[in-house]
Amino acid sequence: MYKIVDRATVGLNLELYEVEAPRIAKSRQCGQFAIVRPFDHSERIPLTIAAVDKDKGTITFIAQIVGKTTREMSTLNVGDYMCDVAGPLGHPSEIIKYPQVESGKDPVVVVVGGGLGTAVVYPQAVALKESGNTIVSIVGARSKELLLMTDKLGEVSREVICTTNDGSAGRQGFVTEALKDLIEELKGKGSVVAVYTAGPVIMMKAVCDVTRPYGIKTIVSLNPIMVDGTGMCGGCRVTINGETKFACVDGPEFDGHSVDFDELMARLSTYRDKEQEKLKSYEHKHECRMFKQLDENGNK
Amino acid sequence: MAELTKKERVAIPAQQMPERPGNERNKDFKEVNLGLSQEQAVLEASRCLQCKNPPCVSDCPVSVNIPEFIRLISERKFIEAALLIRRDNSLPAITGRVCPQEKQCQSRCLRGKIDSSVAIGWLERFAADYLAAAQAAGEVSAETMAAKSDAIKVAVVGSGPAGLACAGELARMGYAVTVFEAFHKAGGVLVYGIPEFRLPNDIVEREVQQLKSNGVVFETNVIVGRTVKIHELMEEEHFKAVFIANGAGLPSFMGITGENLKGVYSANEYLTRSNLMGAFDRNSDTPITAGKKVCVVGGGNTAMDAVRTSIRLGSEQSHLVYRRDLAQMPARIEEVHHAEQEGVIFDLLTSPIEILADENGWVSGIKCVKMQLKEADASGRQGVTQIPNSEFIIECDQVIMAIGIKANPLLTAATPELNLNAKGYIQTDATGMTSIPGVFAGGDIVRGAATVILAMGDGKKTAESMNNWLSANA
Ligand SMILES: Cc1cc2nc3c(=O)[nH]c(=O)nc-3n(C[C@H](O)[C@H](O)[C@H](O)COP(=O)(O)OP(=O)(O)OC[C@H]3O[C@@H](n4cnc5c(N)ncnc54)[C@H](O)[C@@H]3O)c2cc1C
Ligand code: FES
Repeated sequence: MYKIVDRATVGLNLELYEVEAPRIAKSRQCGQFAIVRPFDHSERIPLTIAAVDKDKGTITFIAQIVGKTTREMSTLNVGDYMCDVAGPLGHPSEIIKYPQVESGKDPVVVVVGGGLGTAVVYPQAVALKESGNTIVSIVGARSKELLLMTDKLGEVSREVICTTNDGSAGRQGFVTEALKDLIEELKGKGSVVAVYTAGPVIMMKAVCDVTRPYGIKTIVSLNPIMVDGTGMCGGCRVTINGETKFACVDGPEFDGHSVDFDELMARLSTYRDKEQEKLKSYEHKHECRMFKQLDENGNK
Repeated sequence: MAELTKKERVAIPAQQMPERPGNERNKDFKEVNLGLSQEQAVLEASRCLQCKNPPCVSDCPVSVNIPEFIRLISERKFIEAALLIRRDNSLPAITGRVCPQEKQCQSRCLRGKIDSSVAIGWLERFAADYLAAAQAAGEVSAETMAAKSDAIKVAVVGSGPAGLACAGELARMGYAVTVFEAFHKAGGVLVYGIPEFRLPNDIVEREVQQLKSNGVVFETNVIVGRTVKIHELMEEEHFKAVFIANGAGLPSFMGITGENLKGVYSANEYLTRSNLMGAFDRNSDTPITAGKKVCVVGGGNTAMDAVRTSIRLGSEQSHLVYRRDLAQMPARIEEVHHAEQEGVIFDLLTSPIEILADENGWVSGIKCVKMQLKEADASGRQGVTQIPNSEFIIECDQVIMAIGIKANPLLTAATPELNLNAKGYIQTDATGMTSIPGVFAGGDIVRGAATVILAMGDGKKTAESMNNWLSANA
């Protein structure tokens, strides 16, 4: 059992959990994830480890409420326990000091986070900064309430560019437009040498389409359906350069220009109907319980 | 029963295992075999000819004293029989259900020359279940012990049959044993792979509980190599020896077009979802797609388990697609019979070459070719070749690949000091020790995909080597 020591809502349907898991806190490297089963009846879900506190022996997840498991998990509070937390899993991010391409000018590494993906690129930005890189962060979301961690990214970035689809904060539009402008702007002024991105598959695909013509190395963090997270089931398979890989052990980060995103999107939809059904029936039961309680309280 | 004459023994007919009818059991996940009654067990045991040089014992990978435990059953000394088996085989309720007896102990049973072999597996199961029931009822006290506070610490990686057997032996020898398991539940293939209808999880759980009451500590959710490394266990946590039994567990795919379509599973994923995660229950939080027309590719126990699971999940048609013939199937013969009774369609001498998709990216069929067997080679193995122009399509909405497993490199890659063979399995010396002093290994990660009894035998034998090594070095 894994005790929750901190808990917050950090955006619309974005829930933060800091959990005691000393073994994982000790061994986790940037880019790795854990498999979580909040309750004994839950499925196993992969969550990126957004931060660790080695002294406290804790790890932090940010989970978006998308289905029954994440909805039910959000009922857990400080002092409650998660049933199972296993990790760290996957390869660590490739963190290096990128060399100059134009003499005397600092090259720029861009991290692009979409929605919850920001929780994945944040630790990368921290690690890349620690390795001596200059960082620019681009954070995008549908609207203001879904923008995540912009302050924290500000601490390690030369600049944070926010975009929202509805224009409720930052620049209106998509991260890809901001990225393209940035690449053009920095040409001859240090240049964008690498892009790290995480978020919805469609966004990562679009980011790769932007960087491809420039030949800019682009690292994507993939989020396929997983069960064990240890290479045992193959449920997480993705096609990289025409070859099947298991994202949980061969990834989760890959060279974005080699990924078959369409296949990934298709595979992610495998259980969509079932997930929706389950969420609905859970929420229905939940509401009934609430009404019942209200009734009982009212009758007292 | 008074001592029987040989003639009287030979007159006793073979007993039949009571089982639930095929068209009743194929709708749920409850166990197929119901177990012999006491009367049946005594009769079956009395069929044993009590050979002086019993071939059954030499064909048993762990040399259980078979004629003796059978004699005890024939004398109604059921508990003594079970305890006798347990001396050589720590998991008899499990092996009695899943051992390939027809290839081992029962293969050269002399009684088989007269009519049919003594049902050694069924008798083993009977004795083990009898003992467990007696223990549960408090009629026999289960052994309990606790490791002394100054006991030497020993780690076991993986809680499949190899790990469980090794942990049990080491605890009995007085070591402080911790089993590290990657999953949230102990048991290895016995809980995530083999379905409830063949091996109820309660039986595995019983063995795990027994080990716990003997002082073995289980730490789940620990992926050795990621959560903690072997050298850290030894240097920082002071484990003086380690037994690696992490199984093979990396599913193979065929490499044909369409394998990543929606509706294509590895058998490992399909069975893990159903068994370990409980997706066979529709209310489970873990989803599974229940195909209407299912094709399972392969001919081993895993393929049988997957195809029989698909029937229970409500398929209208479940096919087993296998590239050789019935006689070459590696699955236990009992499972093949059960699959036939439950309505599995066997497409033999058939090999897939492509998986086809519908307009939404779901599986719509598999394109296959017919195969033919070649002459046996010097080793007696028969290869297969494609029959030209024999392509045909089996329509289906789900494909499950059960064509074998390979060595999972997760632990070994994180432990570069381990010597591996060309296929990535761990190399050990005759005592079971790896290239790292004090680190031993056994089960599927050494042998390649093998059997429960071989894994268990490795665990037990290696525990002895570890004891010898620790006595000299710790
Ligand atoms: C579906 C199926 C049906 C089968 N049916 C039969 C049968 O009828 N009869 C028979 O004799 N054999 C059968 N087998 C084969 C048999 O189950 C295996 O040979 C046997 O279980 C191997 O035992 P093991 O202890 O080596 O490994 P496993 O049972 O594979 O156990 C390994 C354990 O280690 C854990 N692990 C893996 N990596 C790590 C790590 N890095 N750190 C910590 N833990 C780790 C795994 O989660 C697992 O729990 C079947 C196999 C399958 C898949
Ligand atoms: S999640 Fe099972 S192999 Fe990757």
